[in-house]
Amino acid sequence: MQALVATDIRKAFGSLEVLRGVSLRANKGDVIAIIGGSGSGKSTFLRCLNLLEVPDAGSLWLNGITLDFNRSGPAGGTTPKAKAELRRRLGMVFQSFNLWTHMSALDNIIAGPIHVLGQDRKEARAIGLDLLDRVGLADKADAFPAQLSGGQQQRVAIARALAMRPEALLFDEPTSALDPELVGEVLKVIQGLAAEGRTMILVTHEMAFARDVATHVMFFHDGRVEEEGRPDLIFSNPGSERCRSFLKKFL
Amino acid sequence: MDLGILAWGDTGWGDELARGVLTTVAIASAAYLVGAALGTLLAAMKLSGTPAMNVPAAVYTTTMRGIPEMLVIYLVFFGGGALSSWIASSVLGIHDRVDLPSFAVGVVCIALSVAAYACEVIRGAVLAVPGGQIEAAEAVGMTRSQRNRLVVAPQAFRMALPGMTNVWQFALKDTALVSIIGVTEVMRTASIGSDATKQPFTFYFAALVIFIVIAYLSQRLFVRLQASADRGVRWGS
Repeated sequence: MQALVATDIRKAFGSLEVLRGVSLRANKGDVIAIIGGSGSGKSTFLRCLNLLEVPDAGSLWLNGITLDFNRSGPAGGTTPKAKAELRRRLGMVFQSFNLWTHMSALDNIIAGPIHVLGQDRKEARAIGLDLLDRVGLADKADAFPAQLSGGQQQRVAIARALAMRPEALLFDEPTSALDPELVGEVLKVIQGLAAEGRTMILVTHEMAFARDVATHVMFFHDGRVEEEGRPDLIFSNPGSERCRSFLKKFL
Repeated sequence: MDLGILAWGDTGWGDELARGVLTTVAIASAAYLVGAALGTLLAAMKLSGTPAMNVPAAVYTTTMRGIPEMLVIYLVFFGGGALSSWIASSVLGIHDRVDLPSFAVGVVCIALSVAAYACEVIRGAVLAVPGGQIEAAEAVGMTRSQRNRLVVAPQAFRMALPGMTNVWQFALKDTALVSIIGVTEVMRTASIGSDATKQPFTFYFAALVIFIVIAYLSQRLFVRLQASADRGVRWGS
């Protein structure tokens, strides 16, 4: 069953073409790892999926809503309502966590459910505490982001995304800003989510993780998907010379 | 220096000075609150990105910050009074001279100036909220107004406080200027007392002490506010 489909997404910043037509099809439970060098467009593509960047052309489909950017008009003719719905139904985890610094860990998690989903505070708190427990931070509900390590902040950020009950989770290099010894605790949480059958799309530089956890790997180069397929095939026998030399640097 | 002259009651000027303190604090506080509200509005106009909004706001802040405060007071009080008199006689047929209430004019004039400075402080604070904080709000599907209310405003408030403390000190000192239109705040009371008793040093030194005490106490209030806004965000708070 399809969960999220992006078709021929294009994006330019001024004269710089960052995405030259990228498509992605995620079925329910898929874990798609997006890899590639810096400047290949992988982060921009992920940001296009929940419209932090609005694509210049292409379309997005998320079970029941379609946003078509090929039509003219502001934001490619998409309505603000459709945009908000898409964002609400997709979870996003950022490279630099982006926890709201003036809120406690728990308040970070429940702000969305209360104000966007309309959950009542008591219910949201119960769910929030449960999620904190799941990411191993049951004792940090009242801690502010500045009092948490990077790994702890990122786990709170994952809980914040989960609290919105998203249909798919997007991760933008979730471990790239972490000290090496903190990477493991975050990857463990993501691995747990994959094992639950959650639909996830992650931009990552953790090649071993992508190989072990992903169901599908996409190698980006110069704003295009240069190669994609099953991780065992991509990692053991990449078809393109570029992909081969890229992977050689990591494995 | 005879301090007996500052006693309370009919023999001294203590009660007059105390009334002056109340007037000074009342003008400064009212002007500060009105000015901060107006400054927030101006900052929102400047940040709106539409020329119809940010051009008038930019003209206002540039003008208000560029002209002497005293000119504003003269213009509003005397100019406004003359204008009101003219309107009263030519439109309403009332030929009495119209005097504007000096306390209200004092508050309005200081508020107009506070607004211009507060606008820049608030605008800077809003721009200092990291983009990632706003993207995180967008990513959970918050509307623009939810994002502003829940994420931008509380963080901008914290960052605007040091600058707004400064603006408060300006507002407090500016109250001395409205003595020229006859508001009997601390400065004017000291001046009247000095003229009446021929003891300028006693009265102006008393005024100095009064201003320092008000400044010190209000400073402490702002320090507390800052500490509560910084709670959890900065270490050591």
